[in-house]
Amino acid sequence: MSSERPSQLFRNKSAKIAAIPMIVTALFVFVGGTAWTIVYSFTKSGLLPRLRWVGLDQYERLWSTNRWLVSIENLIIYGLCMLVLVFVIGFILAALIDQKIRFENTIRTVILYPYALSFVVTGLVWQWILNPEFGIESIIQAWGWDSFAFDPLYNADIAIFGVLIAGLWQGSGLVMVLMLAGLRGIDQEVWKAARVDGIPAWKTYIFIVIPMMRPVFITTLVLVVTGIVKIYDLIVAQTGGGPGISTEVPAKYVYDMMFQANNLGQGFAASTMMLLTVALVVIPWAILEFGGSKNRG
Amino acid sequence: MVDVTPDALAGPQGPKPRKTFSRRNIFLYGTLIMVALYYALPLYVMIITSMKGMPEIRLGNVFSPPVEITFAPWVKAWSEACTGLTCEGLSTGFWNSVRITIPSVIASIAIASVNGYALANWKFKGADAFFTILIFGAFIPYQVMLYPIVIMLREMGLYGSLSGLVIVHTIFGMPILTLLFRNYFTSLPEELFKAARVDGAGFWGIYFRIMLPMSVPIFTVAVILQVTGIWNDFLFGVVYTRPESYPMTVALNNIVNSTQGVKEYNVNMAATIITGLVPLTIYFVSGKLFVRGIAAGAVKG
Amino acid sequence: MNHYTKLLSATAIVAATSASATELEVMHWWTSGGEAAAVKQFADAFNATGNTWVDAAIAGGEAARAVMVSRLTGGDPMGAFQFNHGRQAEELIEAGLLRDITDIAEAEGWLDLVNPSTLLDACTVDGRIYCAPVNIHSWQWLWVSHKAFADAGVAVPGNWAEFVAASDALAAADKIPLAMGQQGWQQSGAFNVMMASLLPSDVFTSVYGDKDTAVAGGADVATVFAAAASAREMAANSTVQNWNDATNLVIQGEAGGQIMGDWAQGEFAVAGSVAGEDYSCLPGLGTNPRLSTGGDAFYFPVLSDDEQAAAQAELAALLLKPATQVSFNLAKGSLPVRGDIDLSAANDCMQKGLALLADGALLPDVNMLVTPDTANQLNTLFVEFFADTSISAEDAQARFVDIIADAD
Repeated sequence: MSSERPSQLFRNKSAKIAAIPMIVTALFVFVGGTAWTIVYSFTKSGLLPRLRWVGLDQYERLWSTNRWLVSIENLIIYGLCMLVLVFVIGFILAALIDQKIRFENTIRTVILYPYALSFVVTGLVWQWILNPEFGIESIIQAWGWDSFAFDPLYNADIAIFGVLIAGLWQGSGLVMVLMLAGLRGIDQEVWKAARVDGIPAWKTYIFIVIPMMRPVFITTLVLVVTGIVKIYDLIVAQTGGGPGISTEVPAKYVYDMMFQANNLGQGFAASTMMLLTVALVVIPWAILEFGGSKNRG
Repeated sequence: MVDVTPDALAGPQGPKPRKTFSRRNIFLYGTLIMVALYYALPLYVMIITSMKGMPEIRLGNVFSPPVEITFAPWVKAWSEACTGLTCEGLSTGFWNSVRITIPSVIASIAIASVNGYALANWKFKGADAFFTILIFGAFIPYQVMLYPIVIMLREMGLYGSLSGLVIVHTIFGMPILTLLFRNYFTSLPEELFKAARVDGAGFWGIYFRIMLPMSVPIFTVAVILQVTGIWNDFLFGVVYTRPESYPMTVALNNIVNSTQGVKEYNVNMAATIITGLVPLTIYFVSGKLFVRGIAAGAVKG
Repeated sequence: MNHYTKLLSATAIVAATSASATELEVMHWWTSGGEAAAVKQFADAFNATGNTWVDAAIAGGEAARAVMVSRLTGGDPMGAFQFNHGRQAEELIEAGLLRDITDIAEAEGWLDLVNPSTLLDACTVDGRIYCAPVNIHSWQWLWVSHKAFADAGVAVPGNWAEFVAASDALAAADKIPLAMGQQGWQQSGAFNVMMASLLPSDVFTSVYGDKDTAVAGGADVATVFAAAASAREMAANSTVQNWNDATNLVIQGEAGGQIMGDWAQGEFAVAGSVAGEDYSCLPGLGTNPRLSTGGDAFYFPVLSDDEQAAAQAELAALLLKPATQVSFNLAKGSLPVRGDIDLSAANDCMQKGLALLADGALLPDVNMLVTPDTANQLNTLFVEFFADTSISAEDAQARFVDIIADAD
C-alpha cells in the first residue's frame, strides 16, 4: 500500500482544473479572509471595518482584560476534558453496541439525535435539568437523599463542567458512530486470532484494534477539536457565560466584541490570537500527517 | 492495513456474544439502558414540556408528565407563531430552507468529492499545501469571516442572492468534506485506478465510472453531515439573503430568541423538535448506510 | 430588484390592489407577541398610504446588527431599520450610509413636538437629523410583590431604603429579597438605576456624560457601590438568568422585588396581576422619581431608487403622527415621543411614567451617552461583581473609574 501513487506519472490538467474551487477557497477565503482579519485587528474599527490604525492597542487591551484570560483558561479545561471524555465515551459506547446487541438501530439513533437539534433550546433544557430547585437535585433529594447536591450551573468553580455534561451529550453521538464504523472495519480474523492466543478482550482493543483505527481517530480528532475551539452556541444557550464570567470562552468574547460592543478591532484581535494558536498546532501537524507519506490518514 | 471485504461491513464485529442471561449481558444492557436514559432525558423533557400549557410550566415540575395534554403549542409553532408581521410560524420558511439546503448540499458535496478525488489520486505539486490551509480553515470561527465574505460576494455581484448563499455553504463545508472524501478515495484499491488508466480513462472518466459507483456510502455520510449543518444554519441564511428567502431557522430564532415579552417555553420546545425533524429523518432513513459509509471511508487509510 | 418584486407580488395577496405601490423593506427585532402587535400598527398605517411594508424581523440585537451592517456594506441596503437610539449608529452616519432626514423632521415640526428633546438630540449628528424616534422606554422602576411582603409580615415598601430594611424579614420568610437575572445588562442596568435614583442627577450626567473620573471615583459614587454590594447580598439566592424569569419570581411572590425597565409590565399583565393590588411599581426606586429616556428609533439608509426614497420619507413622517404613536405605544407598553397626545387608555404604571414625562423629571439614557463598547465593559464589570463576593465595592469602583477614563 505504500507504493507510489500513479499521480506523479499521470499528471493531468483536469485535476488542476477540478481543484480550482479548492484553491480559490483556500487562497481567497481562508488565507485572504484571515489576512483581512489580521489587518483590521490593528485598527480602531467599531461597527464598521475602517482603516484607522492604532498599532497594538487592541492586543494590549485584550491581554489586560480579565474576561479574556478567564475565557482561555475555560477553553483549556473544557477542551482537555471534552477531548478525553468524548473519545473514551464514544469508543466505549461503540464497543458496547458492537457486541451484536438487539435494538442496535434504536440505541444508535437515541445517542445520535442530539446532534440534529439546535442548541438554542437544548441549552435551555440542560439549564432546567441542572437547576437545583426543579432539576435532578430536587428529584434525588425527594427520593430521600437529602444531602445530595448537584448544581454545577450555579457554582462558579464548577460551572464549566455543567457545560461539559451538555457538550458531551451533544457531541459523543457523532464520535460513537465514527468509532463504531471504525470497529466494523476491523477484520473478523483479528478477533479470532486474539482469542486463539488467549488475549483478553480489553487488551485486544487497546493494543490491536485501536492502533488499527488510527485513520478514523484522525478524522474524529479534527471534527472534535474544531468543535471545541469554536464552542459558542452551547455557552450562550446554557449559561450565557455565567455565573459571573465563569463559563466565558474565546469565541464568545470575539462575537460579543463584534456584534454587541460594536468593537470589530477588538474582536479581530481576539480571533487573531485564536487562529495564531491553532496555526501553531495545526500546520506542523498537518504537514506531518498529510504532507509526508501519501497513504496514511 | 486491513483488507475489508464487503460482507465484513455488514454486521457487528466484536467478540462473540454468549448466553442471553449471562452476567455479561445484564451488565451490557444495563449500561446501555442507563446511557440511553442520559441521552433521552432532555428529549423527554422537551416533548412533555411542548405538550403542557404555560400555567403548568410555571409550576416548575420539569420531569412530571403533562396533567392536560395539549397540542396547541405544536400547532402554534408550525403555523401561528409570529415572526414580526407574518404569523405563520415555521411553515413560512420551510420551503425556503428546502430551496437552500438542496442546492447547497449538492454543490458542496460535488465540489468536495472532486477535491478529495484529486488529492487522493491526482496529487499535483502544492496540493498538500492547499489541503493544509483547508484543514486550518476548519478552525476559523465563521462569524469572523462574515464581513470579508460580504465584500467578496458584493464584488462578484452575488450578494443577496440564493447562489451567493450556496457558495458560502460550499466554502464552509469544504474542509471537513474534503478530508472525508480524500481518506475514502485513498483507501480504494489502487489496482482499479491503474487498470482504468491503462484502458485510457481520463480524470473525469475514472471519477464518474469507477469512483462514484463505489462511493455511495461516503456520499451518504456527507449528505448527513451537510443536511444537519445547512438545515440548522441561521446566521448565513439571514446575512447573505433577503427576507423573501430567509430559511426556517429565522422563524425558529424569532420564536425562541425574542428578548422581550413572555417566553412560551412549550412553543419553543415544539419549534425546536419540528426543526430537527428533517435531519432526524435523514439519520433514520440512512441509518445503516451511515455506519457502513464511514467504515468504508475513514477506516481504511 | 425586479426579480424580488415578482417573487413578492406572487406571494402577497394584497399586492394586487396597489399596482403602483412601492415596496419598502423594514428590518427590526420586534418579534415577541406584544412587539409584533405593535409593529403591525406601523405596517398597517404604512400600507394604508398605498405603499407596501416588507417585513424583515430578526430576533436578537446581535444577529440583527450583523445583518444590518452586512446589507449596508454589501451594497444592498434595506429601506429602513430599527436601532436603539443612542450612539450605536454614529459610525454608519459618519460613513455616509444613512439618509439625512432633517427636511422631513422640519416639515413635520419634530423639533417642537418631540418630548423630551433629548430624543432628537440622540438622532442628531453635526446638526443634522438621521433618525425618527418612536418610543420611550425607561429603566428606573422597582417592581414590588405585595404577596411576598404579606407573607413576610412587613408593610409593602414605598422606596429603596424601606425595601432594603425589609430584606431580613423577607429572607426569614424564605423569600429572595431581590430578584435579579444573572446577565450583565440586567446587573449594570440595576446599578445605573441606583446611581440615577439614589444620588442627585448631576452625578449621573457628570459620570456618563462628561466621563468625569473624579466624580466616578468620588464618595457619592462610592455610596452607590455600597448599595450595589447590599443588592448583591439581597440577590444572592436569585439564580435565574433571564429577566422575565426574575420577574416571574416577583409575580409568584417568591421574591420581594426587582429592578427592571418598564417592559416588565407586560409580564405582570400577562400573568393577570393588577398594579396596586398584586404589585407596585416605584419609579426612581421610589426615592427620586426620575426616568431615563431610552427607546427605539428608525434609521433610513441612503437609497438610489427615487420611488423608494419617497416611500422612506412617507414612512418617516408617518412614524411620529399622533394616531400611529398612540396605537403603537399602547401595544408596545412604551411611552409616546410626543407630549401632545392623549393616552388615557394607559394603565397605572404607564400613567405614572407619563406624569413624570410631563413634569420633565428626566435623564438621558446611558446608551445615548456612552458607546456600546463602554456599555459592554460595564456589563462585564457588573456581571463579575454580582457573581463574586470577593470583589469588594472599592475594587469594583476602581475598575469602574478605569472604564470611564477609557470611554469616549
